Amino acid sequence: MTKYIIRRLLVFFPMLFALTIIVFTLLKLAPGDPYSQMMDPQIDASVFEEQRKARGLDDPIPVQYFRWLTDAIQGDFGDSFRYKGRTVAELIWDRIPNTLYLGVFSVFITLIVAIPIGIYSARNPYSPLDYAATGFGFFGLAVPNFFFGLAVIYIFAIKLGWFPSQGSISKPGLEGFELLKARLHHLVLPGLTLGLASTASYMRYMRSEVLSVLGSDYIRTARAKGLTERTVLYKHTLRNALIPIITLLGFEIGVLLGGAVITEGVFKYPGIGTLFLESIGNRDYPVIMAITLMLGFFTLLGNLIADILYAIVDPRIRYD
Amino acid sequence: MQSQTQLPVNPEPNIEKTSTQEERGISPFRLAFRRFLKNKAAVVSVFVLFLIILSCILAPLLTDHDPIQYDLTKIEQGPSSEHPLGTDSSGRDNFSRLLYGGRISIIIGFSAMLFTLVIGVTLGAIAGYYGGKVDNIIMRITDVFMILPFLVLVLVIVAILEKVTVGIFVTVIALTSWPSLTRIVRGTFLSLREREFVLGAKAIGCSDFRIIFRHFIPNAIGPIVVNATLMVASYIVAESGLSFLGFGVPQPTPTWGNMLSEALNIRIMQYHPEAWIPPGLMILLTVLCINFIGDGLRDAFDPKSNKR
Repeated sequence: MTKYIIRRLLVFFPMLFALTIIVFTLLKLAPGDPYSQMMDPQIDASVFEEQRKARGLDDPIPVQYFRWLTDAIQGDFGDSFRYKGRTVAELIWDRIPNTLYLGVFSVFITLIVAIPIGIYSARNPYSPLDYAATGFGFFGLAVPNFFFGLAVIYIFAIKLGWFPSQGSISKPGLEGFELLKARLHHLVLPGLTLGLASTASYMRYMRSEVLSVLGSDYIRTARAKGLTERTVLYKHTLRNALIPIITLLGFEIGVLLGGAVITEGVFKYPGIGTLFLESIGNRDYPVIMAITLMLGFFTLLGNLIADILYAIVDPRIRYD
Repeated sequence: MQSQTQLPVNPEPNIEKTSTQEERGISPFRLAFRRFLKNKAAVVSVFVLFLIILSCILAPLLTDHDPIQYDLTKIEQGPSSEHPLGTDSSGRDNFSRLLYGGRISIIIGFSAMLFTLVIGVTLGAIAGYYGGKVDNIIMRITDVFMILPFLVLVLVIVAILEKVTVGIFVTVIALTSWPSLTRIVRGTFLSLREREFVLGAKAIGCSDFRIIFRHFIPNAIGPIVVNATLMVASYIVAESGLSFLGFGVPQPTPTWGNMLSEALNIRIMQYHPEAWIPPGLMILLTVLCINFIGDGLRDAFDPKSNKR
């Protein structure tokens, strides 16, 4: 297994390298550079030329790439085109906590809804609740999250007034418990929207996994030994049925980050996703590329974690 | 669990045997088609999807209003006999935009699917048929393409391009989303490579091209068709999501996503639900139908996969 993990890590680093090349290429393809935005007819063009030289923008591409890469590894992505005097890293760090809260909240809701319902459906197949869950599964996978987001804003924020429709806190200066309450209150609608599709697919997975485990020989043996249904379910069935779910959680990182872009956009929730959309609107390329690199890095990391977890939780699988 | 099933005398297998003998004379496509017809949800979905497409095609007969012609004297009107779904923030008729918008959304979904199919099947076929080095190179490229979430990649490319048209949009979608199809086709081809009939075809001197087109693709048609179907749904969602955010097909071209973006204005969302709920429901209904059809096709081509 150590061998497998080392082999898996050996794949991770070339992929990371490929990612940096893609992002750098996209950055170079983007029109303009920091100076094209500052064009001022009163300043002689040669001043800009000198500045460009000093910043190394006329250097050969590989030289520029390695300089960019060394800076990026140290967390330096340059200055934002749009917000003068602020570094890209600052802008991103400001937004990271919010996206983290949203992601954790959404995964939490997904798991506490999907797992119990999936188990219930598998134990009572073709019961009314199983049909309702299946119907919900089809709906959850088909409804686009931006439309679902708009619909819950319309129902729960505008018509019923239960939850706020946008933002992450109602007013600045809150502390302690009040702050936590305000945050949670603002997380409910975006969290549900972000978690909807995952909830639907986890539920389906859970149902089919539990169903197939319940039909296996060792469950029959466990029952034949006279174990209580509780022990059979929690100790024998769930341990095996949860294996694919655990590995799905690794892949979930990429899904969440991609979905967060649209969900945060609908709810104007101040996280990485909204920063990304704003930057695309403003053509703020340094920020766009830094976020792209970050999303790609976390997706790769998620896949790595998923593969390693899979090897750890399921010792039956042999990797040679 | 019951011992009766262990008894050697069981009348059922005999019945099954005669039925397979009877079906042997029918082509696999006919068989798949028959199985598809037995799936009620899928058949109803085909019918509903047909109605949606038909009403979009017949848009000029169903409405007299131009979907692009704005009229600033009639902005944000409620439903009336002249404008069944009211007008939008530029005074354009919402009902007409719904029908014409469906055309654009569905055309984008289908043409992006065809484009992806060409790239994905070609590369997948090459990788799976030849294997070895070529396979390795193509698979590493798909790995790299799959690092970034599809939506993020499309957004970044849209940010770099100055102007987006329907054609460019379709191209961007196809160029960023072919890897998953390539992997599926490659996987199927790799398993076909080892079969005897391929050896037979090679022995009688068939060219690679002929083997791929006459022997491999017909055998891999199930997964290809199922994935192509599901792709249309995901492209319609991608188009409407990006247009909704303002980075897809530019206004004033009507698409369902562009119509939904009206709801970003809190006043329209609150007082004119008739303006943004119908396009959202149309997307939902179309995607739901396509998903049911996809599931139906999967079960029809591969009855073993039917778990439910």
